[in-house]
Amino acid sequence: MKIHEYQAKDLLRAAGVPVLAGQVARTPAEAAQAFTALGTPVCAVKAQIHAGGRGKGQVKGSQQRGVELAKSPEDAARIAEGLLDQTLVTIQTGPEGQVVRQVFVESGCNIERELYCAILVDRAAGSPVLIASTAGGMDIEEVAAKTPELILTEPFDPDRGLGSYQTRVLSAKLGLPTSSWRAAEQFFRSLTKAFVALDASLLEINPLVLTKDGGLVALDAKMTFDDNALFRHKDVLALRDEAEEEPAEIRAAAAGLSYVKLDGSIGCLVNGAGLAMSTMDLVKLHGGEPANFLDVGGGADVDQVTEAFRIILSDANVKAILVNIFGGIMRCTTIANALVEASKTVGFTVPLVVRLEGTEVEEGKKILAESDTSIITADGLTDAAKKVVAASQA
Amino acid sequence: MSIIINRDTRVICQGITGKVGEFHTRGCLDYGTRMVGGVTPGKGGEEVAGLPVFNTVAEARDATGANATMIFVPPPFAADAILEAVAAGIETVIAITEGIPVIDMARVLPVVEASSSRLVGPNCPGVITPGECKIGIMPGYIHTPGHVGVMSRSGTLTYEAVWQLTQLGHGQSTCVGLGGDPLVGSSFIDILQLFEEDPDTHSILMMGEIGGSAEEEAAAFVKEHVTKPVAAFIAGRTAPPGKRMGHAGAIISGGKGTAEAKLEALRDAGIEIAESPADMGAAMVRAIERRS
Repeated sequence: MKIHEYQAKDLLRAAGVPVLAGQVARTPAEAAQAFTALGTPVCAVKAQIHAGGRGKGQVKGSQQRGVELAKSPEDAARIAEGLLDQTLVTIQTGPEGQVVRQVFVESGCNIERELYCAILVDRAAGSPVLIASTAGGMDIEEVAAKTPELILTEPFDPDRGLGSYQTRVLSAKLGLPTSSWRAAEQFFRSLTKAFVALDASLLEINPLVLTKDGGLVALDAKMTFDDNALFRHKDVLALRDEAEEEPAEIRAAAAGLSYVKLDGSIGCLVNGAGLAMSTMDLVKLHGGEPANFLDVGGGADVDQVTEAFRIILSDANVKAILVNIFGGIMRCTTIANALVEASKTVGFTVPLVVRLEGTEVEEGKKILAESDTSIITADGLTDAAKKVVAASQA
Repeated sequence: MSIIINRDTRVICQGITGKVGEFHTRGCLDYGTRMVGGVTPGKGGEEVAGLPVFNTVAEARDATGANATMIFVPPPFAADAILEAVAAGIETVIAITEGIPVIDMARVLPVVEASSSRLVGPNCPGVITPGECKIGIMPGYIHTPGHVGVMSRSGTLTYEAVWQLTQLGHGQSTCVGLGGDPLVGSSFIDILQLFEEDPDTHSILMMGEIGGSAEEEAAAFVKEHVTKPVAAFIAGRTAPPGKRMGHAGAIISGGKGTAEAKLEALRDAGIEIAESPADMGAAMVRAIERRS
């Protein structure tokens, strides 16, 4: 789960990580008021969307950038006007962009240097790691690819947190003046503690700023949470902004389905995540484009399958649907009955190709054959892919 | 011969009184697995599927001589269940539970590492040595005893591959579900090492997926240390970056963990690639024939 920058900063402030003062605004007038209230000569007005690259992003149909500096309340109102209810396109939103529903007005600071810092769980190390770099404000993936020597990593134990000595190692390598090392220790240690305490899966500060007076400040904050741990963070869950998420994905999650919308024309309904991904690949291999990833899980019932079909069909691009089930614990007869039942209630507008294999497959196929539905049955994965691609182009 | 489990493995189920735990305990019993008991705190003295239930793993171990455990404990308590099994000295700990917070696993892994226990999973279908012992949720009948070692990060995709092998007349020595989470107890490399050392495993089929770099590390290991034929399939070539594809671990982040990078590393190690999920069994056969 993702949250907005201003929400992440509220959480960080509470955890003792230095952030600048700021206020959220949902109208230009609120933005002007925020500027006055903050009382600094310059403020940044920042679009709040669940995607990065806002500084270089641009509003559709205008020259407005996603982040701009304001020098007066009128200035702040003008920038907010240019952002609010407009569609911002960044490298992370894709060409369709995302609608800006709120802006964050943040007081300015005197920047000495811009650094980079992030925390994530490193699979190879099997532990959380803090990553830092002198290349602040830049695309960190590019830095890692071109100049890996500029990337510093310090793994840490979730309970002990980052050691003080580790913060000194980082401070030295980042070239911070020794007078700022205490500030760096405080910054890094509270950041790692917040990461663990909140069950974050990514916490990225880009840029992390060394100010003229030697302090460290999180100028931006991007935070993603471990969905598996949200059960113990009701406060974090309350920060969810569903307006930023794909409606069909929210609907799927509510039904216990795992769904990701894609751009193709062939809907996929599969049991198991690995098989669901492979089914998308299979469709592509035979000249089609998958419209979605959808895993119905191990014990899908009629209600779930019905809802899965409704979600797939809610995508207007879908021209045909491929059902690929390997019956293990879930019997093919169960899924066949669910398919027949669902097809009656849903009312298919596009061809449906079904491939069943595994437990009780013959009986399952018989149920489909004897039903008065127009389901196209397939023998094997390749046959299924060919049939659904052909059906989508008919 | 086989790896990790065989007909002598004595198995308990942690979470046996839950609906899912009981269901799969019965499934393993039906397959012929030597299930010897179960554990649910507070339910000691009860009986499930004809097996004694204990309050703690240590009690279960003392009473039954169990040396393996199958964990179905719900996510909030699953990490603790793994630690309990390790503390009781259970040799093989197989965690089926899906949805364990990743930071919990970051706390568990160093403890497992420092012990003599082997952890497989979490978020995995389990381990099966066909004809001898099944610990997990996979449908037993699709497997046949034989000499292909199978390992995978995904459940149903493994079933698909095993089914293809069985249809082609190639049985399996042992099939290992590594699990779909970012942090798991056993890696491809751990299992490759066991398969390489197992005289009854003649070839190895692996199914990977997008996310992380476990497949790249496995490829490097194969190049250096594996003498047996290896075939591989990678799921997720069409997955978009930044999106979690069902499994918590299946995500391309920062341009890393793509299917292309994994396939390149596997090819470079001389591993036979299945281009289509329909081709996994056939790719294994090609790799075997190439050597003979």
